[in-house]
Amino acid sequence: MTSYILRRLATGIILAVLVTLITFWLLSFSFDGVVANILGPASSVDAVHVLKSELGLDRPLLVQYFEWLWGVLRGDFGVSYFTSESVQKAVSVRLGVTLSIVLVALALTVVVSVFLGVLAASRAGAVDRLAQGTSLLGNLLPTLLIAIGLVVVFALNLRWLPATGFTPFSEDPRRWAASITIPVIVLVINGVANMSAQIRGTMIGELQKDYVRTLRTRGIPAWSIVYRHALRNAAAPALVVLSLEFISMFGGALIIENVFALPGFGSFAFNSSLQGDIPVIMGVTVFSVMLVVSVNLLTDVVNGWLNPKARLF
Amino acid sequence: MSTEVALLETDVTEAASHRSPLRRLARDPQAIITAAFLFIVFMLGLLAPFITQHGPNDSSLNAVNADIGTPGYLLGGDQSGRDIFSRLVHSINTGAISALIGTSMACLVGLTFGLVGGYFGGRIRTAIEWVFNLIMTFPGLLLLIVLMPLTKGDFRATMLIFGVLLAPSIYRIVRNVTAGVKNELYVDAARVAGLSTLRILGRHVMPVVRGPVIISAAFLMGSSINLQSGLAFLGVGSTEVPSFGSMISAGFLNFYVHPTQFLWPALLLGAITASLVLLGNSLRDALEGARPKAAKLDSARVRSRGADLSGGNSDESNLLHIKDLKMEYPTPNGKPKQVLKGVSLKLKAGETLGLVGESGSGKTQTAFSALGVLPPEAVITAGSVLLDGRELLGLRERELREIRGKDIAYIPQEPMSNLDPSFTVGAQLVEGIRVASGMTRAQAKERALELMERVGIPNTQRTFDLYPHQISGGMAQRVLIAGAVACKPRLLIADEPTTALDVTIQAEILDLLRDLQQEMGMAILLVTHNFGVVADICDRIAVMREGLIVEEGDVIQVFHQPNHPYTQKLLNSILDESHLREDLTSLVTTSKEQK
Repeated sequence: MTSYILRRLATGIILAVLVTLITFWLLSFSFDGVVANILGPASSVDAVHVLKSELGLDRPLLVQYFEWLWGVLRGDFGVSYFTSESVQKAVSVRLGVTLSIVLVALALTVVVSVFLGVLAASRAGAVDRLAQGTSLLGNLLPTLLIAIGLVVVFALNLRWLPATGFTPFSEDPRRWAASITIPVIVLVINGVANMSAQIRGTMIGELQKDYVRTLRTRGIPAWSIVYRHALRNAAAPALVVLSLEFISMFGGALIIENVFALPGFGSFAFNSSLQGDIPVIMGVTVFSVMLVVSVNLLTDVVNGWLNPKARLF
Repeated sequence: MSTEVALLETDVTEAASHRSPLRRLARDPQAIITAAFLFIVFMLGLLAPFITQHGPNDSSLNAVNADIGTPGYLLGGDQSGRDIFSRLVHSINTGAISALIGTSMACLVGLTFGLVGGYFGGRIRTAIEWVFNLIMTFPGLLLLIVLMPLTKGDFRATMLIFGVLLAPSIYRIVRNVTAGVKNELYVDAARVAGLSTLRILGRHVMPVVRGPVIISAAFLMGSSINLQSGLAFLGVGSTEVPSFGSMISAGFLNFYVHPTQFLWPALLLGAITASLVLLGNSLRDALEGARPKAAKLDSARVRSRGADLSGGNSDESNLLHIKDLKMEYPTPNGKPKQVLKGVSLKLKAGETLGLVGESGSGKTQTAFSALGVLPPEAVITAGSVLLDGRELLGLRERELREIRGKDIAYIPQEPMSNLDPSFTVGAQLVEGIRVASGMTRAQAKERALELMERVGIPNTQRTFDLYPHQISGGMAQRVLIAGAVACKPRLLIADEPTTALDVTIQAEILDLLRDLQQEMGMAILLVTHNFGVVADICDRIAVMREGLIVEEGDVIQVFHQPNHPYTQKLLNSILDESHLREDLTSLVTTSKEQK
């Protein structure tokens, strides 16, 4: 098991190196623009030249990349070109904001999806149609529209919740909850739409399997067949969807953070990219890649625990 | 899954697939409405230069926040005095181009590499897998923004890159389907016949891959349009390009003064993406057949047609009495398929009855009726199933639960698929024993180990903690027998208990059943198509054909003097085989003796 995890982590690190290398190469096309950006609109060509060599951006690309990589290996991600903040600190603060929204949304998505999906698969009839309708509706509405719609109704018209902004949990838990409510709902609506449909489908498949019939002939009660046996077998594919959902929520947080003016990872990455803040972009890339890699690894480990056949250790 | 149910299902799907996918699509109102809507919308986009009076970026001071219906400004003007209608119609084009570029790119990349990766294994696939893993770990939106200097704000270039980022989803589908098809016999045959790889991929693999790709393409078009709008909403890219996203963003800022400016693009974007999702769902239904329907775990529906469903009047010396049982399945053409056409059976306590017949004759369905575990579509139209004089038909699942496991037990045909793959063998036995007997966990475990020992499982302690995939088919069948007889049922229904097993193990299992029967005094209803098995262990035999019992009687009597021509036919076709088998057994015994 340990060797498996180590192997996966090694793969992840290689992926991270490749992704950052490619990103750095792509960034190199806009080095001049970045420097001009730092200097402001009235910068002369000479000044750009000077600052470029000061920042070391005129050296061979690989030299620069490996210098950066060497720094990262020692835990130094550099400082922002624009705010002189340490990249590590800046990223982790923003990551906290996004994760606090995404993780809450993810937990709610799981609870609601399992409830809806299982109910739809095992009750059939009107309950099934209602659950399917709900998930279809979530699929039909683009995130952007749900987000704006909720802001208009609950924040602007009813004034129940703040329209924008973020309060850290440590400052005031109640205001924190209020500030993340709408963003979380938006993510949950989309997440549930995908996941409940998937759970319903897998559960229907499981409940039609032979072992379910045999369990019934033993006199095992329906709740045990549905929740203990079928759900456990349906959990593995659901988990894969969940991990994809997590990654897409994380990526999609960008738009949500922008609509709600949340100082999160997505909007931070977005603004830094627009500015061309190279150290920040590189740092953000490393964190995103490692996040994806760890989520996938975690999924496989939990999957092995759920599904004895897929046990890798 | 029993052969009979499988047969039935193929019947149903065959009937449904008589119509071509395109015809099915044309009959689906959801497909027609959404396709028509999308067609109209995209036509509006194409006709944009002819139906608008102003360019999407022409601003006029007179038109700033103009009201709806202002001459020349059908939907009014926006904050910068641009014609909202014109911007809306031109935005359709932006969306359509985004969808086309993103989806074509994703399909092109995903399809090419999926076919190659699925068809060729080994190093080629490993390399491709790595590349797609790389693509999937790229922080997508971020990459699109980082690449702004390269794309120079042109949304078409951005969509091209986005297409590559979408490609993994197509790649995975195509790779899996191709890898599956590759091993099909007809592809082997084509390869042996010397067809080139390219030709095989084009002629044999593409048709299978086409359906799933078309379905995902519909969904990918939706995500492409959404992504382009999202980026435009954030203000990424050229401001010159009219887009739903930039219109929504501008309208949002102006929401309090002129809410309709926000409403139009939002509604149109919502309707387009919704239509694409709904159309994708319709395509899936048409190309992949109806999706499985949800069903409650419940005893079969009973619809009496004035027949005798009262039961009750117990002149019963019989343990199990099935009277004139009629059961049918609905079919797509509306005419139900009669599966049981009036089956009658009697089984006394301690007796063994062999229910024989060819596949599809209704044997298993009769057994399932007695157990109350028919598939949810099944409808019992008439008849009665009496256990000790008590009517079982019409009982709720809850009431049947009290009888199952204690009075009636069941041994399935296919041992492997009848154990829950996620629980250890022991845990499954313990749960059954506890439910049927109310024992504590420790008592139940002890009883389970006893039973496992009794049914001939070696090393019971160790096997107790194994998962079903870790034991052999023969062992799995012993586990299922142990589970069935755990609470000493009075009636054991065994559905082809030896068919899926090796010949040598078949005999052992039959011996075990015989011993257990003598020990516990159970009656056995043995469903089989094997006369050898009947001769071996049954007292009486019932021959079934097309949903009816055609002959019933004492085993020896029926074997010697079959009355019904069908029984004669069955016996004739078997006799040669049993003749052969006698030779074989003598061979085996002699070889054993020689050892």
